[in-house]
Amino acid sequence: MASFFSTSAARNMFYGGTLFSILLFLGVTLHTESVLPQRDQRAQIATNPAIAAGKRIWEENNCIGCHTLLGEGAYFAPELGNVYKRRGPEFIKAWIQNQPTGVPGRRQMPQFHLSERQLDDLVEFLRYVSEIDTAGWPPNIEG
Amino acid sequence: MKYASQAVAKPYFVAALALFVAQILFGLVMGLQYVIGDFLFPHIPFNVARMVHTNALIVWLLMGFMGAAYYLVPEEAERELHSPRLALVTFWVFLVAAGLTVIGYLSVPYATLAKLTGNEFLPTMGREFLEQPTLTKIGIVLVALSLLYNLSLTYLRGRKTAITSVLLFGLWGLALMFLFAFVNPINVVRDKFYWWWVVHLWVEGVWELVLGAILAFVLVKVTGVDREVIDKWLYVIVTLTLVSGLIGTGHHYYWIGLPEYWQWLGSLFSALEPLPFFAMVLFAFNMVNRRRRDHPNRAATLWALGTSVMAFLGAGVWGFLHTLAPVNYYTHGTQLTASHGHMAFYGAYVMVVLTIISYAWPQLHGRTAQGNRSQVLEMWGFWLMTVSMVFITLFLTAAGLLQIWLQRMGDTPLPFMAAQEKIAFFYWLREGTGVVFLVGLLTYLASFFIGVKGSPTYAEMERH
Repeated sequence: MASFFSTSAARNMFYGGTLFSILLFLGVTLHTESVLPQRDQRAQIATNPAIAAGKRIWEENNCIGCHTLLGEGAYFAPELGNVYKRRGPEFIKAWIQNQPTGVPGRRQMPQFHLSERQLDDLVEFLRYVSEIDTAGWPPNIEG
Repeated sequence: MKYASQAVAKPYFVAALALFVAQILFGLVMGLQYVIGDFLFPHIPFNVARMVHTNALIVWLLMGFMGAAYYLVPEEAERELHSPRLALVTFWVFLVAAGLTVIGYLSVPYATLAKLTGNEFLPTMGREFLEQPTLTKIGIVLVALSLLYNLSLTYLRGRKTAITSVLLFGLWGLALMFLFAFVNPINVVRDKFYWWWVVHLWVEGVWELVLGAILAFVLVKVTGVDREVIDKWLYVIVTLTLVSGLIGTGHHYYWIGLPEYWQWLGSLFSALEPLPFFAMVLFAFNMVNRRRRDHPNRAATLWALGTSVMAFLGAGVWGFLHTLAPVNYYTHGTQLTASHGHMAFYGAYVMVVLTIISYAWPQLHGRTAQGNRSQVLEMWGFWLMTVSMVFITLFLTAAGLLQIWLQRMGDTPLPFMAAQEKIAFFYWLREGTGVVFLVGLLTYLASFFIGVKGSPTYAEMERH
């Protein structure tokens, strides 16, 4: 690199550029937080404790280890962010209860021994997620 | 090795490589489960194999970074490490915590592990890559604090170089961003928003600083090029990294409930993310071409050049492929994401850890370089692993494109599992290539035991 560009100039550019980027990122974050209530269905969470309970069940059974939720997670099993709209509550509950299918060679989902109450909570959580405004994603109902 | 305390890097490197083997074995299990769905079920369900695969990767890379830091900070600072004993105690704490966590994953259902470790008191489990019990996460924070205390004191009391400044900036950032692993709101949108502050700001942010610093250190050593030149390159690279990568976080914010302006911010800034990687390629090749000595450790030089190229391809090019919002609309959460993840992690982080191990290991054993036979084996390992990773990436890319076409773009979109069955051919090819990768890894490991003695003499070379 040319000699007019000194190491200390490079260092200052690093710290300056980083500081500027951090401040810009934090600024946009603040704005995002201020408009989120219009999109993230938080009113539901406040009034419906089943959603919080359902999220714990989702997490403590590591559902994300096979499935995606809004496109994030593992790619081994179907997207569940919109499963409530694709399959409906009764199908979801029956499906979870009937695992594993035991069909030879087919991908298997474990049996999680969830109670009727826990199944309802999980379905409530999935319903809530399906109502988040995701800018039109996924492209179709198959996720 | 110039300072006795650099030797604490040794156990970190050994543990890193052992976990690397575990990572690959579980990767092969998962790969097979993609085509033989009930393989090892119910003993090792897919989600468990995946946790071991990804968590082992993260922990062994961290072990590698720590080993690298304990090795290079004393040498750069020109003084002994503040407390070698603390570094060793920290190593054992980290290893035991990681070991217990893996045993937990494999021996009891995840829900039982959550109950046993008191997840209810501070729920942090069950999110991708952050599956570790909360207790393990607290352990990771303590390990990071101990590392930073030890290294920062060594740094502050010794010679401060661009390499150690950038490295410590990266490691402090790494520890700081990990604290967001404890942020887990019920609100899924906010949960995901801050989850990326750990995941993205690690691998597309501060980890790249660690990568740049390690690469620069090895290049100083094997090429003998003026530090002035290398320092400038390093600062330019890390500036590009953070200026593109911080707002570039937005490329994860398109479809998870955040405002649409993230589609613009994320696309614009993340489109610049290949630049630091491209600069790294120029940097590595330039320095090697302008070298003032022919260092006998040719394997280390090969790794250094290789990591720059593969990081550019995997993180830069394969990342750019699906980073623009209109493209990502179709590719988000498919095998295309997986293809990028594999080559990016291998190119940027696996290879840089193997670079520093390649350089430091002989030094830690009082040699300038391994013997010829050992280096030939190591280079065979390099090529077998690197070429198989290229093909794993290509097969996953093919699988991803087909998946997108069948499930998201056609007139009659197929359900997920129906699409998966149609792309099984590519999963078989990927699994076969994965076996070649394992052969490469074993060849690489053999180089630590075969023909290590009788290294060629150190050759000074005058360049005009």
